[in-house]
Amino acid sequence: MLNDLVTLDGVTKTYSGITALDGVGFSIAAGEAVCLAGENGSGKSTLIKILAGVEQPDRGEIAFSGQRQGLLNPRLSAAAGIKVIFQDFSLFPNLTVAENIAFSAELGIGAKLVRRARMQDLARRTLERIGVDIPLHAAVETLPVAHKQLVAICRALATEAKLIIMDEPTAALTEREVRVLLDIIRRLTADGVAVLFVSHKLAEVLEVCQKVIVLRNGQKVAEGPAHDFDAASLTRHMTGHDVAPRPPAPLPATAPTLLRVEGLHKTGAFDDVSFNLRAGEVLGVSGLLGSGRTALAKALFGLLAPDRGRITLDGRNVVLGNPLAAAEAGIGYVPEDRLTEGLFLTQSILQNIAIGRLDAHGRSGILDLGGLMDEARDWLKRLSVKAANPDAPVRSLSGGNQQRVVLARWMARSPRVLVLNGPSVGVDVGSKAEIHGIIADLAAQGLGIIVISDDLPELLSTCQRILVMKAGKLVEDIPAGQVTETDLAHRLAS
Amino acid sequence: MNPTPLSRVLASTEGRLAVIAAIVFLVMSALAPDRFLSLQNMTSMAFQFPEFAILALAMTVTMLTGGIDLSVVGIANLSAIMAATILTRVTGSGDGTAIVLVAYGAAIGVGVMAGLFNGVLVATLGLPPILATLGSGLIFTGIAIALTGGSAMMGFPAASAWIGNATVFGVPAPLILFGVLAVLISLLLSRTAFGVKLRMFGANPLAARFAAINIDAMLIKVYVLSGVLASVAGMVVMSRANSAKADYGSSYLLLAVLIAVLGGVNPYGGYGRVIGVVLAVLTMQFLSSGLNMVGVSNFARELIWGGLLIFVMIVNTWRVRRRRS
Amino acid sequence: MTIDWSRNEALVALVIIAFCALAAASDPGFLSIATLTDLLRGGIVLGIFAVGALIVLISGGIDVSFTAIAAFTMYVTAMVLNAAMPWLPWWAALVMGMGIGACLGSINGVLIAVMGLPTLIVTLGTLSMFRGFMLTFIGQKQITTLPPGMREFGRMMIVRGENADGSFYSLHAAFLVTVLAIVLTWAILHRTMLGRQIFAIGGSVESARRIGINVRGVQFFVYVYVGVLAGLAGIIHSSMARVANPFDLVGLELSVIAAVVLGGARLAGGHGTLTGTVLGVTLIVLVRNSLIVLGIPATWQSVAIGVLILIGTGLPAWQAKRAAARAA
Repeated sequence: MLNDLVTLDGVTKTYSGITALDGVGFSIAAGEAVCLAGENGSGKSTLIKILAGVEQPDRGEIAFSGQRQGLLNPRLSAAAGIKVIFQDFSLFPNLTVAENIAFSAELGIGAKLVRRARMQDLARRTLERIGVDIPLHAAVETLPVAHKQLVAICRALATEAKLIIMDEPTAALTEREVRVLLDIIRRLTADGVAVLFVSHKLAEVLEVCQKVIVLRNGQKVAEGPAHDFDAASLTRHMTGHDVAPRPPAPLPATAPTLLRVEGLHKTGAFDDVSFNLRAGEVLGVSGLLGSGRTALAKALFGLLAPDRGRITLDGRNVVLGNPLAAAEAGIGYVPEDRLTEGLFLTQSILQNIAIGRLDAHGRSGILDLGGLMDEARDWLKRLSVKAANPDAPVRSLSGGNQQRVVLARWMARSPRVLVLNGPSVGVDVGSKAEIHGIIADLAAQGLGIIVISDDLPELLSTCQRILVMKAGKLVEDIPAGQVTETDLAHRLAS
Repeated sequence: MNPTPLSRVLASTEGRLAVIAAIVFLVMSALAPDRFLSLQNMTSMAFQFPEFAILALAMTVTMLTGGIDLSVVGIANLSAIMAATILTRVTGSGDGTAIVLVAYGAAIGVGVMAGLFNGVLVATLGLPPILATLGSGLIFTGIAIALTGGSAMMGFPAASAWIGNATVFGVPAPLILFGVLAVLISLLLSRTAFGVKLRMFGANPLAARFAAINIDAMLIKVYVLSGVLASVAGMVVMSRANSAKADYGSSYLLLAVLIAVLGGVNPYGGYGRVIGVVLAVLTMQFLSSGLNMVGVSNFARELIWGGLLIFVMIVNTWRVRRRRS
Repeated sequence: MTIDWSRNEALVALVIIAFCALAAASDPGFLSIATLTDLLRGGIVLGIFAVGALIVLISGGIDVSFTAIAAFTMYVTAMVLNAAMPWLPWWAALVMGMGIGACLGSINGVLIAVMGLPTLIVTLGTLSMFRGFMLTFIGQKQITTLPPGMREFGRMMIVRGENADGSFYSLHAAFLVTVLAIVLTWAILHRTMLGRQIFAIGGSVESARRIGINVRGVQFFVYVYVGVLAGLAGIIHSSMARVANPFDLVGLELSVIAAVVLGGARLAGGHGTLTGTVLGVTLIVLVRNSLIVLGIPATWQSVAIGVLILIGTGLPAWQAKRAAARAA
């Protein structure tokens, strides 16, 4: 259609054999707010990168205002008015707020010299346009997350923008800040700017958008006006099946207390946190980014030294601030960012599992390589990791299988408590269900499990109890059976 | 298409290097058949390369962790001056075997202390290895200069000549020493928990921390190992030169880095095999001896080494890119 | 203005002041014009090198080949001018040096920016290639009779005088070139979009690519620019020394980088100031020239520089590590 701002047709992209996008097509009109919904790993990020010109599709066509485009690059996309706010914001930490905001604008007009006054003026006006006040001379690395995001939005707005793509823009925001953001989006669409809002948070999606497009495993599975969808139907489209989150069976009253956390405090991160974890219990911890949930998880595993407080496991004190001591005591930790914190990407699948068991197989100084690798191979089988060649780099596995490798590393050490930070981030729907199955099995074996997540359906379907963190404090302790997703979302962000 | 045996050899860094080493050997043999292939030349090569090859081993272990040790030459010379001080001050009986062993022990002690110093800087204080060892290297060299005033120390007992100049059943002692060290390091890297941990740490330091590896202890051990290897190299240099001086072997630092990288060690950590380093050492030695014989100046070696390094990097990067696409 | 003690500049400035105070206390003759001109003279070549090293560090790379570029350039320039164009004036020698430096720098540029090879390894390789090529194919003998243009430049002084004790002091005109290089680099880094793009790439290459910065082009510029500065430094070095010795300069590269890092530039890229660089160079030259005044024998010079590097880089590293432990 001629009045369509952006049209995609049959866009396909594969990464080393794995199809990230498969024949996706849709269009966005000027001034339209469109939501691109989908679970992690459904291909949303790839689609964004293609529109931004950062990646090129293998097949398919892209048209801006009816004009078919050849190979895109970031400059061409930006010149066409397509502005992307990446999830990591893609700012320059070492530069000032004003420079970050005005950088692309100056590049766009081909400026050769630094016009400080002009840049500051542009930055100030753009900040005013969305009604926020951030010091122009502050280095971006010193700003809190919410401000970084606002800087990223301003950068997109600083130049003629026709379509602004926001990748998971609300992940780090409080409910009040989300309100501000939704207002900004409404204002933009009224000005004729189209917004592509990428999210997996259903409530926001339905509130602000006129059109919804759902991706699943790289394919478009639904498209239509927002009022045709409700939370349940969106979930169904995103996951492929009806999953009304059903909480796991309650714990028997006799289950003994396993882990006791008392008065754990770290200035600037979390404040006087106390809770108990019983054997066989799956405990959820949720909160916004920056609420202290990840800092707490790290402190439980000794990656962060708390200022004061006590952790006991089976009544024995755990030395704080030392991952070795935590691991020795029987605590395991599956990190949030699998690729940078969890895996040794270039090393083999087997080595990635075996790294946790070196000391058990190397007491005499020389490693019993046979025993070590046999054990790792056994774990691959037990967690049904689909790996053609266990000696291949772990990088070659899919997200779900990679997560199982990290889980296997810890399970091989027979821990008492497992802390799982975002256990299903970036894994496909099928693997997600299987990972939840593994969590349930482990709990059934008597492990205590702490799931840290902002994926509310995940928490509701795996945990018996959910702790809510806000500004470093534990504010609520909710039995999972007693809340709905919307209710929980509200309690998190209010 | 089934992979042919040749393409399988060429698929690995070490395989390609073996082919390069063989080609260099053949070309040099063809250029100067009677001289290059002579027993005398083979022996002389075997005496020449172990000293810098041992330094390359030291560089390899630090590079596997994603670090680097720019202080190896400083440690080698400081160790040698420590040994030389003992050898020239104390006169023993007979050929001085006992006193030489004491001196070697003291030199290794210097290597341990210097390595410990580097390890603490890198692991405990968190300095980037390149700066930590740059600074400490200046300090070690500086102490060596200050102790000697910059002049060479000479006059050692006869026994000190053994390690650099003797042969055992016709095999040069330094070559045996290097062989033993190479095998030991190779075993250490592939067959011990320490070796696996240091390679995994090199592949992803953050993941190593999250996998509850005792990183500080491991890094300190790595730099101590590097320091000990450097002091062993210092002993070989001292023995062959029959003297010790603060600025011996200053070109060896670059050479050690070159050999390690040429040998396929990833300077960002996580990959590297001793066999690759050995092949790189041999390639370098064949090249420089052969070129020497056909009358090419010593300086042409530098040119060729640099060219070879960049050539190998281009080939490796190009192959990685092609595999990705 | 408040002084931020967590910054290296403040620390280095403090050490320089303390050094001078101690030196002045032990030898009142230290605070003299002669000391100052020696200091400035010692900083001429080192300063130009350091400015080049700084710009590479800011862009997130590292270059160790610049000393070889300088040696190559001065030797070839002296040889070519002697043989073919002895009539060329002094400034033409400088221009020629910059041209040769740019060509050699562009080799680094192609390997790093276009082919995407790691900077340290590439420049280690080219260091050895440039030097090896010069010594093998061009020559190994010192050129003791420089071409007239370079001789003329070597005699140019901006200040000349006699001390009370009858000894002479002078400041070479090349000092102005160093000042010019600093000012020009400052202008590029802070007053042109190119300079801001260099900072941006050092801050985050991925972000730079995403907003459409021509990362390859900017990196290529950086290595060519360093080549130009190195070529310039080479000509100045030989003009001042009145000889072109092909074995000079190489070996200085790590001390230069150390001076820049001492002044607060980060190996990780994105951070670094010219003020810090000048202070770092000043400290290194001060230690080289005047350690003896403090009663420390000159043989301890490299120990002193090593200790300074460890303290200068160790304190910020230690602070960063503690801050990370606090924040994480």
